[in-house]
Amino acid sequence: MLIVLGAVALLLKNLTVSPSGFFEVTLIGLTTGCVYALVALGYTLVYGILELINFAHGDVFMLGGMFTITYSTHFFGLHHGQGFAIVPIVIATLILSMLSCGLLNATIEFIAYRPLRSAPRLAPLITAIGVSFIIEDVGLFFWGPNYVSAPDVFPQSKVFSFHGVDYGWNKLIVVAITIPVLLGLLYLVQQTRQGKAMRATAQDKEAAAIMGINVNRTISFTFMIAGALAGAAGLCYALYVTTVRFDQGFQLGLIAFTAAVLGGIGNLPGAVLGAVLIGLIQSWNEGLPWHMPGSDWTQSIVFSILILILVFRPEGLLGERTPEGG
Amino acid sequence: MTASLADPPEVVGIRNVLRARWKALPFWYRVAVTVGIELLVAIGLFFVDRSLGYAVATAAALMWLRRVPRLPWRLAGELVLISIFLFAGVRSLAAALAIAFAVFWVPPRYRTWVLPVVAITLAVLYPFYAAKMFVIPVFGVWPDVATGVYMLVFIMMAVGLNIVVGYAGLLDLGYVAFYAMGAYTAAWFSSLQFPTHLFHFGAVGITPDLPGIHISLWLLLPLAGVVTALAGIIIGLPTLRLRGDYLAIVTLGFGEILPQIARNGDNFFGTGFNLTNGPNGITPLDSLGFGHGISNATHGFLPSNYLQCCNASVLGHQIQSTDVFFWTAIVLLLITVFCSLRLQYSRLGRAWIAIREDETAAAAMGVPLMRTKTWAYATGAFFGGVAGAYYASFKSATFPGDFYFNISVFILCMVILGGMGNIWGVIVGAAFLAYLNQEGLANTGQWLNSNIKVIGNMHLPGSDTPGLDVPLFASGIYGAIILVVMLFRPEGLIPSKRVAAEMHEGVHDDPLYDAQHAGSET
Repeated sequence: MLIVLGAVALLLKNLTVSPSGFFEVTLIGLTTGCVYALVALGYTLVYGILELINFAHGDVFMLGGMFTITYSTHFFGLHHGQGFAIVPIVIATLILSMLSCGLLNATIEFIAYRPLRSAPRLAPLITAIGVSFIIEDVGLFFWGPNYVSAPDVFPQSKVFSFHGVDYGWNKLIVVAITIPVLLGLLYLVQQTRQGKAMRATAQDKEAAAIMGINVNRTISFTFMIAGALAGAAGLCYALYVTTVRFDQGFQLGLIAFTAAVLGGIGNLPGAVLGAVLIGLIQSWNEGLPWHMPGSDWTQSIVFSILILILVFRPEGLLGERTPEGG
Repeated sequence: MTASLADPPEVVGIRNVLRARWKALPFWYRVAVTVGIELLVAIGLFFVDRSLGYAVATAAALMWLRRVPRLPWRLAGELVLISIFLFAGVRSLAAALAIAFAVFWVPPRYRTWVLPVVAITLAVLYPFYAAKMFVIPVFGVWPDVATGVYMLVFIMMAVGLNIVVGYAGLLDLGYVAFYAMGAYTAAWFSSLQFPTHLFHFGAVGITPDLPGIHISLWLLLPLAGVVTALAGIIIGLPTLRLRGDYLAIVTLGFGEILPQIARNGDNFFGTGFNLTNGPNGITPLDSLGFGHGISNATHGFLPSNYLQCCNASVLGHQIQSTDVFFWTAIVLLLITVFCSLRLQYSRLGRAWIAIREDETAAAAMGVPLMRTKTWAYATGAFFGGVAGAYYASFKSATFPGDFYFNISVFILCMVILGGMGNIWGVIVGAAFLAYLNQEGLANTGQWLNSNIKVIGNMHLPGSDTPGLDVPLFASGIYGAIILVVMLFRPEGLIPSKRVAAEMHEGVHDDPLYDAQHAGSET
């Protein structure tokens, strides 16, 4: 409690020091939070159904960014200053990137996790770390050890500017992609037959199988959805930050996992809430001027939150609601 | 259809059917086909790399020799093989074969102690013959003594991690934090890091008025272990209540936080307090050594200062500082292995294994979960700390860059490859992977690039020279090793029987009643 109070006091002080800076940084945080939300949902979906922390997820997200850059620049010839022609290109790239990452994630499940389903719990977890390292090196092999940059395609003008607080197009596009994807996911999980099967499998695999649900296919489907979300996140990240490197996935994946745990792992709204919170905390920490620890300590702060949450409230902020209850 | 006991067991599966058909062929026919295939492979590889062809032929000959049961024939075959290498001028290989054959002629009941004695003797003598060893195909020359020290340190850490992961079944993804803590503990108390304090106690090779804290590294090694073990207890007490995968994540979190503290610790939040000297690391450290008194009393057998060692020349080999570090590392490793073996079948060790196999049952049998787990954590941390302190004193430096998450996974990979819970397996796995990391990958990469055209002519993004930079892909290679081992031989190369049984039968430690799902509406 004391830590939270101290943090709030620090934020209020910063708000008084520079209000416009504070809101600008907050907007950045919301945007990063959107990207984290997409990744965190992937962790939560997989954890909800298999109780497996899919360490490889962050690296699938990294490959999503790489796919985005390759597809958009090499296939569709995306470059700076195309005006509204970028809209269909971005949509086509989004679909391709989501498909590739979804297939990749389902393949990973088929090769690396399915044979270990009856093994001790730690076995697939260890395998997941191995897969994560392999995928990282796949990125290294095909895209090299340096930053790969995406074209900066969005107009430099602002969407709106309010008392010195600017909101750029690149931030808007992230939100514009994230929200429909989230709504689509919510519809899929709550309204469709496949979503019902997912919820049933998450609750009890054997009972679901007795009820005629093809459990293996449902798990594959879940991994595909999670991968597709990572692909969408990769696209947002590549277009928003404009550089991707092969080793960024793991770190960012861990941050997103923290977000999932913060919100309550296995809980879909919780993942989004946690991700937005983590995004805000990160950008406040890095962007605010008055006595913040700064970007050197971002990881430490995020992981401290992770540890504190796991130790004191392992069910996360949104309590004990499981995906089937949300 | 019911099968009666008299029926031969039904052969199922394509592999077993093929195997049965193969077994049904005449004996000499099978021998001829096998030898033919082996010769073809050897000749084919001969064109890729001459030494590789020889190696395959030798390996095939060894396999066949193992099949020969009768004493005179087998002995004759072995003598022929040894003499071939003697005449070919590869005397070191002939000697190695002779020793291996000799060990296998020892009856099994004596082999259990002959084998370790031979292995230890060979290891101790390694600096004397390292430079004279034959060249291994693909892998190149044998590791030098400095790599040997590196290997021993990592074997020590792997044996320590094996206590946590292999015995107690707690997945620790932040073991590197303990390694770092040991290294920094040694560095703080044997360097110029705190120049405002002046405290000397038994340190060698420095002038008495040198500022900073200087304590003898012989004391710092166990001290680093104790400090790290305490840290392990402090980290463990709140976190060990968590279930397996959550614990893994928390340890991973600590493994990420501690290196960051080391990296940013030169100026804590602008206060100017310099704890770790930041990215520049702490260097130099004092030297290990026994001091002049002990050194003179033993006529120079125990060197007074490791880093300025030695003038002696034994068996035509000029003894160097690295050699002394190597021998000391062997002693430390032997202590570690001894402790680990004694712990394995102690009351505590059996409690660890019980927890690994079934936590609920262990608790029902009266095993105190928290205390037992914390002991596993502290013991593992202790060895990690000692290894870290020793390696820091060997390099005479410690840098935050040495403590990334990769190292944790690297050590975990050693434990998994060798065989969780089996100390001999862990030693073999750790030695091999540490060698790969230090020299092996670079050597293999060189071989691949010069002998396999496809790889040698590759143009990868971001590199100016053609070819594959194999050490760059080290972590992916470890990942692949982890994946392959977990999928095909989850008990490791040299497994312990118990772990193998667990892995194949599939032990579920699911709680009887899943509390998380109890309160949720459906």
